[in-house]
Amino acid sequence: MGIGIVTATYIAASVLFILALGGLSNQEKAKRAVWYGIVGMALAVVATMFGPGVGGWSIILLIPLLGVGAFIGMVVAQRVEMTEMPQLVAALHSFVGLAAVFIGLNSDILGTHGLVGAEIAIHEVEVFLGVFIGAITFTGSIIAYGKLAGKIDGKALVLPFRHLLNIAAIIFSLILLLMYMNHSGSWTLYLMMIIAFALGAHLVAAIGGADMPVVVSMLNSYSGWAAAATGFLLGNDLLIVTGALVGSSGAILSYIMCKAMNRSFISVILGGFGGSKGPAMEIDGEMIATDVNTVVAQLNDAKSIVIIPGYGMAVAQAQQSVSELTRRLRDKGKNVRFAIHPVAGRLPGHMNVLLAEAKVPYDIVLEMDEINDDFPETDIAIVIGSNDIVNPAAQEDPNSPIAGMPVLECWKAKSVIVSKRGQGTGYSGIENPLFFKENTRMLYGDAKASLDQILQSLS
Amino acid sequence: MRIGTPKEIFLGENRVAMTPESALQMQKLGYECFIEKGAGEAARFSDKDYKNAGVKVLNSAASLYKEVDIVAKVRPPEDIEIKRLKKGQTLISFFYPGQNTTLLEAANKKGAHIIAMDMVPRISRAQKMDALSSMANIAGYRSVMEAGNNFGRFFTGQVTAAGKVPPAKVLIVGAGVAGLAAIGAATSLGAMVYAFDVRPEVAEQIESMGAEFVFLDFEQEQSDGAETGGYAAPSSPEFREKQLAKFRELAPEMDIVITTALIPGRDAPKLWLEDMVSLQKPGSVVVDLAAERGGNCDLTVMDKKIVSENGVTIVGYTDFPSQMAAQSSTLYSTNIRHMMTDLTPDKDGKLKHDMKDDVIRGATASHKGKITFPPPPPKIAAIAAKAPVAPEPSAEELLALEALKLKKAGSQQTALLVFGGLLMLLIGAYAPSSFMQHFIVFVLSCFIGFQVIWNVSHSLHTPLMAITNAISGIIILGALLQIGSSGFIITILASISVLIAMINIVGGFMVTRRMLQMFQKS
Repeated sequence: MGIGIVTATYIAASVLFILALGGLSNQEKAKRAVWYGIVGMALAVVATMFGPGVGGWSIILLIPLLGVGAFIGMVVAQRVEMTEMPQLVAALHSFVGLAAVFIGLNSDILGTHGLVGAEIAIHEVEVFLGVFIGAITFTGSIIAYGKLAGKIDGKALVLPFRHLLNIAAIIFSLILLLMYMNHSGSWTLYLMMIIAFALGAHLVAAIGGADMPVVVSMLNSYSGWAAAATGFLLGNDLLIVTGALVGSSGAILSYIMCKAMNRSFISVILGGFGGSKGPAMEIDGEMIATDVNTVVAQLNDAKSIVIIPGYGMAVAQAQQSVSELTRRLRDKGKNVRFAIHPVAGRLPGHMNVLLAEAKVPYDIVLEMDEINDDFPETDIAIVIGSNDIVNPAAQEDPNSPIAGMPVLECWKAKSVIVSKRGQGTGYSGIENPLFFKENTRMLYGDAKASLDQILQSLS
Repeated sequence: MRIGTPKEIFLGENRVAMTPESALQMQKLGYECFIEKGAGEAARFSDKDYKNAGVKVLNSAASLYKEVDIVAKVRPPEDIEIKRLKKGQTLISFFYPGQNTTLLEAANKKGAHIIAMDMVPRISRAQKMDALSSMANIAGYRSVMEAGNNFGRFFTGQVTAAGKVPPAKVLIVGAGVAGLAAIGAATSLGAMVYAFDVRPEVAEQIESMGAEFVFLDFEQEQSDGAETGGYAAPSSPEFREKQLAKFRELAPEMDIVITTALIPGRDAPKLWLEDMVSLQKPGSVVVDLAAERGGNCDLTVMDKKIVSENGVTIVGYTDFPSQMAAQSSTLYSTNIRHMMTDLTPDKDGKLKHDMKDDVIRGATASHKGKITFPPPPPKIAAIAAKAPVAPEPSAEELLALEALKLKKAGSQQTALLVFGGLLMLLIGAYAPSSFMQHFIVFVLSCFIGFQVIWNVSHSLHTPLMAITNAISGIIILGALLQIGSSGFIITILASISVLIAMINIVGGFMVTRRMLQMFQKS
């Protein structure tokens, strides 16, 4: 195949990728959109394999590699539980990061023949940048994977002088870049790679629990930029286009997540919640416990029910029970809907996927903005394993650390049932006045066990 | 400790302060329960029921007062009951210490501790022991039943073969607990319900119960209910005139009028005057729930039902809760039980009269030989004071605001563009043309990415991440191009890259497909 045909294929692939991402605007189109992506990818890979620059013998080497890779990918994709999606996404990001590092190193070994003047400098910057972003993505994703999979402690790691450490790492990398451009040798690149590995690990280790959605989408963005940097390095426009698409997608997701928590991107990256600006509002009232029978009676009387799932539902693996409850209640002619906060779960859209897996129809799963106005007309709001996203302090208490964060206003419902393990606080460690409201009843115990009991009593 | 309930001796009082159910709960708190023989008879709780619930039945009131440490009853004690009180005994009942000063002094002289159920402060924590509210709720419901009893027509409108029946029109004056309960009962019977209250903030509650709020066009600094503990305050003469005029306008249409207006510590305001009754249609009914305090209606006679000259029935009964003794006893005994729960924090059957507790302090009228009425105001306001609402911006202001925002966004965008353009120029001045070609592709792709991703539905964010993950596997191209190069290390590194990028691609696409397949419409 000539260079012209390869380029034409690349154009087709770019268009298909854009369509694939654009198709995700609704559930029905999305199913077709994936095929656009798959076809685009197949075109790109085949065109490159048979295009100029890939020697005849290497195809023999490639086929088993591609086969093995595809097989592993298939097995992983089929086996993964939907609750494990965040881990999987993080793990896949690390692969892109590692590949970018390798390709960068290879380019360094291949050298700069055929380039003149400023092109050499630019090439060197590209190599350096590709390896740098790739390395951060790689270790960052691995740490994120460990945290999400529960293999490493999910708490934020707070080293002394951590901001200083990060800045020092970046400055040192810059110095190494200058040395590299002055032909001090490849060791500068390797040293920088090690520094970037450490930096990536440290950046993610410093971010805890509920901020994970931001981290994962941030890493998503990085993996895109890594691909784009590689594209510059190799002068390959398809890589640049795709990398830019992925990079901007991750950046937007991070932005949406940050906005949903009313925090700036910087403050999330720096880790930890900001201190409160004054004494927290005093909470008047007491937590009133309820039991399964009362809840069942309430559910039988209710017409309109809104369920608010959070990460706790995923932890308790309660989504099947939730789905069954929904089905039964809907069979009784009740209006059951779900309210999803943008940062519920550990991945953007995590709750939607879990509910979809449990066969909850997607048209009753609504976003925060769609459902917040409906709470006053709701008979019962059931909060399952969420805490900060339903905290009225965000609106009522200007001194609260989460003041101003948009929350689901479930306390406006006629009654609220909170399924919760114990009396502890949420991720942010702040008291939730919701639990003390007059119309709130606490259903203590494991979410799945409680729901199963409700299902038994609900004939 | 021992808790006991005597038979109510007030004539016509059917309620009882302890039910078998509440006795069971009380025993869980560690108390021994006693009851006078036949005390629950009028409320349909037999002595046998009590025995089954583990309550000791005593033959006389005198022996009961002798046996127990805590006496729980409904009505304020009569003189003979005061005489029976022992020193150190606790009496829990309605007491109205404001009106019954002599009674209070007598009880105090006896050395008894008095907890007045009518003095429980109106704070959210104490709602479960607010006996006034539970009784008012019953009175409100019962008043509608009573009205129906005396009203010769249907509540609900019907179109039948025998002709059309218009719905009854009901006016509720005063939307406190009783008023709201009456609204609920009347609307569920199908009547058209109108309700009036001097506190504008209850309009929302009235409408939520399905009634129409009678709106009074009157400019006045309305007092916030929060200042008066959620109760109504007396209104100005001008306001009253306006209000009466409105009622006069409504009177001819209203089939049933239920008045529940009370102002704490005063006689009931006269709101339904004689001339309004004369404007009403014959057969209409007025139920006056304020009869005990003089009545809201001019013609009300306490504890009597009268018929006016023009055939309007005016009901002035004051014993509505007692008429539904089984229901009101259940609720009242539950209020008492909650009070006991608060008085027994350790659940060990030992009464702990904690005068530091806002609720207990508020309800206590006499303690350790001292009269403790009136109580200091509670530390917590009854209802959170309403935050002053900022005036809604007018349409023009909104437009202006919008324009300002747009202008600001516009100038911000211009600044960004200028800055970006300068940056591009800077890069263009130094970078070679081959780089610039790629750079233009990069920048445009970023723009397309931003435009496309904003449209992605929130619920598909996880599939979005998975698919971007898959297509970021495009990095495989880089590895493919390098694999053919000479050099062992390069081939190894490139091979690994191909392998893992392929895992990424296939894994990403497959998992996206799997996820999207799960999204199903109902």
